[in-house]
Amino acid sequence: MSEMKKIKNLKEFSTSADRFEGANLLCPGCAHSIIVREVLNATNDDLILAASTGCLEVCTAVYPYTSWDASWIHIGFENGSSAVAGAEAMYKALKTKGRLKQPDRTPKFVAFGGDGATYDIGFQWISGCFERGHNMMYVCLDNEVYANTGGQRSSSTPIGASATTTPAGRVSYGEKRNKKDMMAIMAAHGAPYVAQVAPNKWKDMVAKIQKGFEAEGPVYINAMSACTTEWKFAPEDTIAISDLATDSLVFPLYEIIDGTKLNITYRPKNIIPVRDYLGAQGRFKHLFTKQNEYLIDEWQARIDKQWDYLQRREEASV
Amino acid sequence: MEKKGWDGFEIGAMLRSFDGATQDIATTLPENRPYSQSNSFTASVADWRIEKPLFNKEYCIDCQFCWIYCPDMSIISRDKKMVGIDFDHCKGCGICVQVCPTNPKSLLMFPEQKDEEAALAEWPKKEKKADAEVKED
Ligand SMILES: Cc1ncc(C[n+]2csc(CCOP(=O)(O)OP(=O)(O)O)c2C)c(N)n1
Ligand code: SF4
Ligand code: SF4
Ligand code: SF4
Ligand SMILES: [Mg+2]
Repeated sequence: MSEMKKIKNLKEFSTSADRFEGANLLCPGCAHSIIVREVLNATNDDLILAASTGCLEVCTAVYPYTSWDASWIHIGFENGSSAVAGAEAMYKALKTKGRLKQPDRTPKFVAFGGDGATYDIGFQWISGCFERGHNMMYVCLDNEVYANTGGQRSSSTPIGASATTTPAGRVSYGEKRNKKDMMAIMAAHGAPYVAQVAPNKWKDMVAKIQKGFEAEGPVYINAMSACTTEWKFAPEDTIAISDLATDSLVFPLYEIIDGTKLNITYRPKNIIPVRDYLGAQGRFKHLFTKQNEYLIDEWQARIDKQWDYLQRREEASV
Repeated sequence: MEKKGWDGFEIGAMLRSFDGATQDIATTLPENRPYSQSNSFTASVADWRIEKPLFNKEYCIDCQFCWIYCPDMSIISRDKKMVGIDFDHCKGCGICVQVCPTNPKSLLMFPEQKDEEAALAEWPKKEKKADAEVKED
């Protein structure tokens, strides 16, 4: 094992040399990019990366350009996970056969996919990778919508959000079903490490990425990715919106070790009302009307219940 | 004609980010990297901007919030110090200005055509501190 990169504080972290490049075509203020930077800069080891189809892939491999200073592969929407798993399996085989030219290097295998690629279309492939136990990290860039194709709902889209296939209007308040609990599903695979992260809490995130790199086996990271275009807020507010998400506990930050031990890693000093988070985004604008206002109370009750559940699990160490 | 091996594909099949040796690129700063023409680093998105961030060193405390939250690798930090903005890759999102904690801010948005010296000359002395307020759409 090579030594883990030391990142004591932000000043020290800022000496990192990014392996992700500018003049990619992601929207101004896109959080996908902030997440990718925090993941890649968490290590100085070699990287073997894959991306499923989606904003990140489409915007960073536009012929004749690449924005990746590392080995990077894209195949299809559903199989970023298996592309990396295949590379990892080959690497292991070559190592066993003594055919690696530099066996001391310890490359990290990472796949990125959007929530569409993760919660829906690539789900069985990810499940297969985790069942086979590849030594890899899967990072879901969770912006709760199929952003790259114009904002269709996914099984990550939360109740009440207006998406192009679940539009809010006179008869509908938007998405009717609750967000799928991917964290629980991935932990149920018995993965050594599963964590929810948010780029505004960079220290928490980098610590979890490093833990993930140290773990032996498949690691799942659910990264909240505030999308200026589909969530409908101004590009300069990406970090402010992310703060509202983590401080209202809509996106609680926690980890699950070996599928059986849950730790909460961030407790906001002042928990803010879910209403503040919803009210800051255009996709929830229609909730602030007489006929839909009850949904905001239901949101708050749901988030309170979720926080209570996480706390009870942590307390019981399960 | 020379036969190509598996690693000899034309550009388009495989985009080479660098020419020449690339071992330990993770510890090589951009100014020392052998960028190839197919690395997007060699391109520019400067024409995306309507407004640009300008940097006033006088008030900067080198906290590096702008560095960590810039989505476009456009805050140039060297030896733990913020030294400037990469205007080939900055898209003008304004995140760096929002997260800058100093009073007055050390980064502010200006119209793209604004002269830097003029901007520094009229830099506000002390702003009323805006607390984590988020604009409603
Ligand atoms: C099998 C398949 N179905 C549909 C598409 C079209 N498609 C490309 S990107 C995309 C949306 C991606 O959404 P998500 O995975 O959430 O990533 P995001 O763009 O939101 O980051 C879709 C539907 C495709 N490329 N392949
Ligand atoms: S649509 Fe959203 S996720 Fe896609 S590039 Fe734009 S901000 Fe990023
Ligand atoms: S956020 Fe402001 S104070 Fe901090 S390093 Fe950047 S310019 Fe300087
Ligand atoms: S305006 Fe946006 S892209 Fe430009 S330097 Fe600031 S954070 Fe980076
Ligand atoms: Mg998405």
